[in-house]
Amino acid sequence: MATSRSLLMYLKCLKLSFLGCCMLIFSFLNTLVFVPSAGAQTFENLLAKHAPLIQRSSSKTVAPVLGEIVEFGGPVVQKFLSRWRSKDLYFLMESNQFAYTQDLGDDRIKLINVETGAAFATVTKASIKQIKPNSGVRAKISASLIPFLLASADPKERATSLDALARDFNESHLALLDAAITTETNAALKRRLERAYRFGLIGFGRDEDTVVAAIHELEGDLSLETRAVLNPLLADKLYVAATLPEGINLARRIIPGKTTKLTDGAAGRRSIIGGAPAELSVGAAYNMLVDAAISPALVSIEARNAALADAIKDGRIGVEKAAGLNNETARSAAYSRLVLNGSATKMVDKEAIQQAVDEAVFYAVYDNPSKKIVTAAQTTLASIEGQVNLYKAIDLLVDGLSLASICFLAAIGLAITFGVMGVINMAHGEFIMMGAYTGYVVQLFVPNYTLSLVVALPAAFAVTFAAGVVLERLVIRHLYKRPLETLLATFGISIALQQIAKNIFGTQARPLTSPDWLDGALAINDVLAISNIRIAIFVLGVVFLALLIFVMKRTRFGLDTRAVTQNPAMASSMGINPDRINMLTFGFGSGIAGIAGVAIGLFSKVTSELGSDYIVQSFMTVVVGGVGNIWGTLAGAALIGTLQKGIEWLNPSNTLAAQTYMIIFIILFIQFRPRGIVALKGRAAGD
Amino acid sequence: MAQPPIKNNGRLLDQTIFTKFLFCNPSIMIFLASLGLFTFGVTILCEGFGLGLISTSFVKTLGKTLCFCIIAIAMDLVWGYCGILSLGHFAFFGLGGYMIGMWLMFARTKLIVIEAAHNALLPPTPAEINDAVGAQIFGVVGGADIPLIWSFADLLWVQLILVVLVPGLLAFLFGWLAFRSRVNGVYLSILTQAMTLALSLYLFQNESGLRGNNGLSGLQYLPGLEDVPQEIISIWFFLGSAFALALCFLGAMVIVKSKLGNIIQGIRDNEARVRFLGYNVEGYKLFVFTITAIMAAIAGALYYPQAGIINPAELAPIASIYLAVWVAIGGRGRIYGAVIGAAFVSLVSSYFTGGQAPDIPLGFGVLRWTDWWLVLLGFSFVAVTLYAPNGIGGFFDRFNRSGDV
Amino acid sequence: MKKLLIASALVFGVASQAVADIKVGILHSLSGTMAISETTLKDTMLMLIDQQNAKGGILGEKIVPVVVDPASNWPLFAEKARELLTVHKVDVMFGNWTSVSRKSVLPVVEELNGLLFYPVQYEGEESSKNVFYTGAAPNQQAIPATDYFLEELGVEKFALLGTDYVYPRTTNKILEQYLKDKGIAASDIFVNYTPFGHADWSKIVADVVALGADGKKVGVISTINGDANVGFYKELAAAGVSADDIPVVAFSVGEEELSGLDTSNLVGHLAAWNYFQSADTTENAEFIKIWKEKMGNKRVTNDPMEAHYIGFNMWVEAVTKAGTTDVDKVRENMYGLTFPNLTGGIAKMLPNHHLSKPVLIGEITADGQFDIISKTAEVPGDAWTDFLPESKVLVSDWQDLKCGMYNKTTASCVQLKSIY
Repeated sequence: MATSRSLLMYLKCLKLSFLGCCMLIFSFLNTLVFVPSAGAQTFENLLAKHAPLIQRSSSKTVAPVLGEIVEFGGPVVQKFLSRWRSKDLYFLMESNQFAYTQDLGDDRIKLINVETGAAFATVTKASIKQIKPNSGVRAKISASLIPFLLASADPKERATSLDALARDFNESHLALLDAAITTETNAALKRRLERAYRFGLIGFGRDEDTVVAAIHELEGDLSLETRAVLNPLLADKLYVAATLPEGINLARRIIPGKTTKLTDGAAGRRSIIGGAPAELSVGAAYNMLVDAAISPALVSIEARNAALADAIKDGRIGVEKAAGLNNETARSAAYSRLVLNGSATKMVDKEAIQQAVDEAVFYAVYDNPSKKIVTAAQTTLASIEGQVNLYKAIDLLVDGLSLASICFLAAIGLAITFGVMGVINMAHGEFIMMGAYTGYVVQLFVPNYTLSLVVALPAAFAVTFAAGVVLERLVIRHLYKRPLETLLATFGISIALQQIAKNIFGTQARPLTSPDWLDGALAINDVLAISNIRIAIFVLGVVFLALLIFVMKRTRFGLDTRAVTQNPAMASSMGINPDRINMLTFGFGSGIAGIAGVAIGLFSKVTSELGSDYIVQSFMTVVVGGVGNIWGTLAGAALIGTLQKGIEWLNPSNTLAAQTYMIIFIILFIQFRPRGIVALKGRAAGD
Repeated sequence: MAQPPIKNNGRLLDQTIFTKFLFCNPSIMIFLASLGLFTFGVTILCEGFGLGLISTSFVKTLGKTLCFCIIAIAMDLVWGYCGILSLGHFAFFGLGGYMIGMWLMFARTKLIVIEAAHNALLPPTPAEINDAVGAQIFGVVGGADIPLIWSFADLLWVQLILVVLVPGLLAFLFGWLAFRSRVNGVYLSILTQAMTLALSLYLFQNESGLRGNNGLSGLQYLPGLEDVPQEIISIWFFLGSAFALALCFLGAMVIVKSKLGNIIQGIRDNEARVRFLGYNVEGYKLFVFTITAIMAAIAGALYYPQAGIINPAELAPIASIYLAVWVAIGGRGRIYGAVIGAAFVSLVSSYFTGGQAPDIPLGFGVLRWTDWWLVLLGFSFVAVTLYAPNGIGGFFDRFNRSGDV
Repeated sequence: MKKLLIASALVFGVASQAVADIKVGILHSLSGTMAISETTLKDTMLMLIDQQNAKGGILGEKIVPVVVDPASNWPLFAEKARELLTVHKVDVMFGNWTSVSRKSVLPVVEELNGLLFYPVQYEGEESSKNVFYTGAAPNQQAIPATDYFLEELGVEKFALLGTDYVYPRTTNKILEQYLKDKGIAASDIFVNYTPFGHADWSKIVADVVALGADGKKVGVISTINGDANVGFYKELAAAGVSADDIPVVAFSVGEEELSGLDTSNLVGHLAAWNYFQSADTTENAEFIKIWKEKMGNKRVTNDPMEAHYIGFNMWVEAVTKAGTTDVDKVRENMYGLTFPNLTGGIAKMLPNHHLSKPVLIGEITADGQFDIISKTAEVPGDAWTDFLPESKVLVSDWQDLKCGMYNKTTASCVQLKSIY
């Protein structure tokens, strides 16, 4: 602790000297301003000097310019830098001068002097040029603004400076931060400042114990920043030598082709089946030996072939015909003859490579020379890693649930029309699409996104309910006895609707924008986060489930529907009008598809092909879950969602594979449970 | 059921019985005659051999349409006669195409590589040739190595066997699993749809080793016959497709007119009853499913060299649904109906998407066929299912006494 | 049926020979998945042809567009190309979007010695005698954008996200090699492929964010195609990924794609193209004005449209110079032709059938446009990339060497036909 305190003292001294420096510069500047004749360095002159570099800035060249500007100091500089960063800076070609502007309309622009803040001319747009720094330059400007913003009276500005600090921390910021911590009054900001200071210490601290203490304070901190600060401490490099040298911060010894790198930097044995590949292959190891001038360079196959080709004269190498060199053995033999002649270098054979590699020592050394720091970072990271993995697992589950809720939402309408009524409606996807387009059209007329959503949900239900009723009346009614032909007829409807949508709305994707409160994500920590829109879809799925169960089990309509689907003749003799009930049930299922369409459109895209993306998957959801049962559809969606995410996790770089294997799994699953997860029993299960 | 079932005791190909079979079924004679006449006409009129009135691209379109007719026959057998609405037969069609495509692509690339190597000082080793072929074929999809499944791509006869074997095995396996656990009706349709979707997704992956989304291309060239112009090659394939169609038609007729045909129609009409009569329903269904898959694969193997490119999108579920629609429009339960349906819809489609159809000026705007053709097609599916459940073939029934419904 | 076929064949035959006008074939999908992008290009071509006809056509003859619909079906592209060349006897074709559709058409145009103008950025590694590539080659888009990431933004860790097809595969292969040459370790390059129209991006975005755990600056190079971008950017915005922390540069996202999105959360993310609608030149203002007059005020312009604009005008000039529409004569007259870009500067047709064009990098703005923050001088398009060992030795020169795949080291033409 003693050393850490002394470091703090040292830093405080630094701060004092820095402040002193600033004051000195300030008084110096004052003199300059008041005595302009003495080769005055006004801010404008400074800018004019660097005009080309400011105009066409690059993050590679802008640093010295920024340095000089910051050195100039004062609120003028802060304003200039902020304006420059936000692309609010303009350049006048003829006078080689920078200016702020104010648009007066009618193509008249008022120019404002960057130094005095006085308006000095009114020009047209064509005569000025906007300065557009790229984001690399903007990051550099932000970093230059840190001292100004840290000292700002506005807590918001101080907070933004911390964001910039997280992106670009250098040693000089340590002192600034330390000063800022002592003066900070806002508790939340103070905590952030201290945290940033701790990160800074770990990155740039000179004293071993202070750094170790700072590292230990991060234990259990799951944030990405923490890991981003700690992981570089464990960076290492590979070396090769004849014997293992003393006095190095050894990470691990490497046996080429055999050992792997473990997450904590130690070496692990390579498992024979699966598992990570060896860290260093024998070939790569030999190349290291060559680079270290320990072993002779390899003669590559290409070099050998080139040497052979060079040796060919009049279609022969020596006495041998070149035409015979169409296989490896002949080529090696010919090359060995060249080696014997002395006109080529000998090739290094496999055994020699293995032997050279076996004789040398390969090892990795931590970049950080301090063993203590590395060990502290390792233990802290290990404690974090365990939690990270736990949250990753939860995140995977949440992702799976989210996908399941989307599957469920897409399939739930089908669970009624197909599951309950037995109608194979291939146009179901197009009802989803219609819902999404309804949402888009509503947004055209209702600009408030929240309100438009409130209007769009019932509107989508109404539109697709009507479409469903029309479809039922005109087509499906005539085909109840021929279920497979319903498939064909509704497929026809599906391609017609898709093309009609294309003709009306064009082929471009249409925006369906979610209201602000649905933007963003619910972040538990940096590992576990889920976007609000997905939560909303999940909630919508649950609401639908409850609603559907309620309608089917608790209302007269539901009772009628169940009666009609079980035995239409009997139901009709009980005074239920089966035609009417069928029509309404179909409309109800379609209407729910429409609402699902709005939700799906909000989180992905609205195109005429939206529905066809979901149709096969929806049918599979219903079939896997078990036809005729809403709980079954729920189970099917849950299975599909979590399974797909699980497979994706096993093979993260290939999403297609996950989908493929998921479908294959479903095909196999159906073999063993042909009636789905929640199979109906007894009479209701009849074909 | 105008015809009594033919008692043949397995000697179907016996000359006299075969002739008798033909005479008993005049529809076969009519079909074969008109197919022959049509083929002859096209050959005379095409650019390659004859007058040049039919362009090569149209010959290719006709040849491809004939292949569609073959797979439509397969579909009609499995759906119209056996009652299995398979929405996955294009998977077998595509697989057949892939198997022949592998040879076409590999052999052609190899010839190019060998020719290019003539300039090299060192004669290439077999490994070098293979590497160069791999780089040419897989370079465009970011790879270079030849995957294991291409091991036999250099041997035409192996790939020809695979054309039948791979789709046949897949159909057998899938059918065995599905029929064994008594998956039927709509469930089976959705399952077959899932199968073709899974297959197309699998092929979409680069890891499948079949060039992912890019598929196999340049298939219109026959290796070693680069100098033969496409006018001639197109006619070869057209004739080949016509011959295959004739064979498949005959084969299909033999099946449906035999005792086997009666049983599968029995299965279609009432599966349980046939089972109670002691027939092994699953076996019959599996047989029909596999045989039709092989027919589809052969059609595919003839189709893709004419199309020039095959890629996984060809196997998408929608293609198989279209197939069912062709058969429905043509009139299922009639082999010739399937042929008519496939030919009619695909040719009309080709006409309307080709931009030849004149726009129709309406008062308020112009009706473009490229925009509205699919709408028309969609609604005509509905109309056919509602008002003409027997399809186009239904109209012919009045003239054809022997047509069985 | 037979009669119908023969009759229609006759109709086709007669229709093709009767007219003597100059015919331009337009081979863009008007239905299916690619219609989203390609319909715009069909409209662009019709607009350009109208403009040229208003100026009096070419060689005193009217230009007649022949529009066909290959329906996003790759085999159909080959069929329709053959139909255009043999039945309609078009003098030139403008078309295709996806690489696989181009590969499908290639054998047909080479066999029939047609002429195709291909307007979209693509993966290179190809040079056909019969195709002019007016879109960007990798060195005109991907490489400069990666340089921008490396040099200006200091990105140390790369996530290469793409849709699973040829263009992303080959581009990522080139970029991986390029990054390794620049000293980026293989473990710092994360590659992921998703299917067309992918919608479920939450996990991939989370994976990309987690890449930052070792303290290196992460950048995303996106070759995600078409409407899958909508979901990707929505998820990116939802995850609160700021362009300052994890910049995304996209090669397939233009004004058209952004029009389906609320871009307020995407401000600052990047795209690299040869053209942006926001380019401030008089030619561009004129082009946009005519486009909006024809198609409505809400429509935007994009890079492949400019490619067609340059390609069509160069073709007109070449035909005028040659005095005929004969493919070989027109082709020879194309080399060295120049035409002003819409973004300023001059595009030049090179002997390798590529253009020299400036590379622009733009930042997405809140109104769905791009703010151009970097513009290079004209970069000559390179058919064979210099960053892969097997293509480094290849050059394409159809003017002097008369070979599209010429090996510099052995000084011989590898092959005349393209790899399909």
